[in-house]
Amino acid sequence: MATDLHGPVTPSAGTGPAAVRVSGLTRSFGDRAVIDHLELSMGQGEFVALLGRSGCGKSTLLRVLAGLDREIAGEVFVPRRRAVAFQAPRLMPWKRVWRNVLLGLPGRPDRARAEEALREVGLGHRTDAWPATLSGGEAQRASLARALVRAPDLLLLDEPFGALDALTRITAQRLVAELWQRRGCAVLLVTHDVEEALLLADRVLVMDRGMIAYERTVGLERPRDLAGPGFAALRAELLGRLGVEGAVSGARDTPETDGGPPRQPASATPEANGGLIRPTASDTPETADGPRAAPVSA
Amino acid sequence: MSVSHAPPDTSLPPPLPPSLERVVPLGSRRSWSPRWLRRAWGPVLLLVAWQVASATGVLRPDTLGSPGAMAATARDLLADGTLPSAMLVSVRRVAVGLLVGVVAGTGLALVSGLSRLGEDLLDATVQMLRSIPWVGAIPLFIIWLGIGEAPKIALIALGVAFHLYLNVYAGIRGVDPQLVEAGDSLGLGRWGLVRHVVLPGALPGAMTGLRYALATAWLALVFGEQINADDGIGFLMNQAREFLRTDVIVVCLVVYAVLGLVADFIVRSLERLLLQWRPTFTGQ
Repeated sequence: MATDLHGPVTPSAGTGPAAVRVSGLTRSFGDRAVIDHLELSMGQGEFVALLGRSGCGKSTLLRVLAGLDREIAGEVFVPRRRAVAFQAPRLMPWKRVWRNVLLGLPGRPDRARAEEALREVGLGHRTDAWPATLSGGEAQRASLARALVRAPDLLLLDEPFGALDALTRITAQRLVAELWQRRGCAVLLVTHDVEEALLLADRVLVMDRGMIAYERTVGLERPRDLAGPGFAALRAELLGRLGVEGAVSGARDTPETDGGPPRQPASATPEANGGLIRPTASDTPETADGPRAAPVSA
Repeated sequence: MSVSHAPPDTSLPPPLPPSLERVVPLGSRRSWSPRWLRRAWGPVLLLVAWQVASATGVLRPDTLGSPGAMAATARDLLADGTLPSAMLVSVRRVAVGLLVGVVAGTGLALVSGLSRLGEDLLDATVQMLRSIPWVGAIPLFIIWLGIGEAPKIALIALGVAFHLYLNVYAGIRGVDPQLVEAGDSLGLGRWGLVRHVVLPGALPGAMTGLRYALATAWLALVFGEQINADDGIGFLMNQAREFLRTDVIVVCLVVYAVLGLVADFIVRSLERLLLQWRPTFTGQ
């Protein structure tokens, strides 16, 4: 599964004015804080991947940034123009694809705008289709076109490839990388797939217990390849941070980039997860088995 | 979970090759007769049985006349203009009653479906009134509204409104919250959400309600016209009862049935037009 991404070199992370500034963000459900005094900043045009086990609050953070969840405490600054692509495409089944793309745009946008966005994601031939007749990958691309037609300064992707099959996922990942390089908007990608994060992002954040527990700038050159130099070491490091046992050794002597408390793998602090299910190898089958998951010695 | 693979046991005789079965393509199985012909089977058979029963004397003419006699009566009623004028009156009653009922039911459902305040104010009341058997309210309507058109239309509207209310309300509340959220993230305002997400999402429920409402409307018409009407199909039937004309009664029943079918056909066409985005299971 070699996904190489074409295009110019990454815009350097964190330079220029911020696209996202979050400080002291707390979001509680009842008395359980899913996000707990979280700090985050993203530069303009930066591609950030947010990793974390299921239930760690990463999707909640994305919803807060999207403005869908406002029962929060703390300071959150996001661009006015932002767009979300959800895990499920969430197209209105009663509107044809092109009407879905234009939905919510101010004024009376004409159809050509939708067609242009759909062509950009390779869906120019399905503009008139009903969403129920699209395949999973096509629906997800339509959803992406709907996000892009708003020319967002911040694109929020909530596990957009999670429901796609492996082949379609590779194509979709490439598409996102191309679109990002063409558009130059900041992207926050929520995912639980370490390889996906490393293929796409300038910076990878690992979220745990409602905070950014770990941060790693991905210095790999683009186009990136799963078999490229340094990739395996980075993956092992991140898997270790995510508490996947057996992959920890490769990450042991990598310096932490944030000043957070030194963390043991999750197995050492089961009660600290707030009762969440501990990850097992079967939670991340794409990374936890097979020869590539073997510890890489530095 | 581990799966252990046992090595194949070579001491057993090799298994027989499985017998194969041809997968019959759907098209080749379907083409033997057009669908309308197959659908006509049932009614035609029923008519034949009826005619045979009448001809052999099993069915006496004063109980129920033969299909041929019915056709003759229908022709007479059509020719002298009594049936067309009665139908016109009845259809107008249903149309007006349906319109009033649909507007009232949908309006109430929108108010209580779209706002929590509306729900708190309206829903309990409507649910309470709904449990009253509306046929039982006929005497009250006659006292209140007299014996003209008003009580008949009110009866139809009442029966219709509750079906619309329940189904539109359920449709609105059944709209996928994920789609509402998606609309929210796309920048739709409250009215935009209602117009582009909630109402189209409630449409399937509304169409179901409309079909129930139509059935109820015809039922209410029959009830309403049995009581002190001086025109309409119901009046024709009452008159026929006085003269023991079973043939006229049956013709009127057939007319009710045909009108009901026509109305159902209209709603089906409407559904096909409005719900064309919905892939449906069409049977095999």
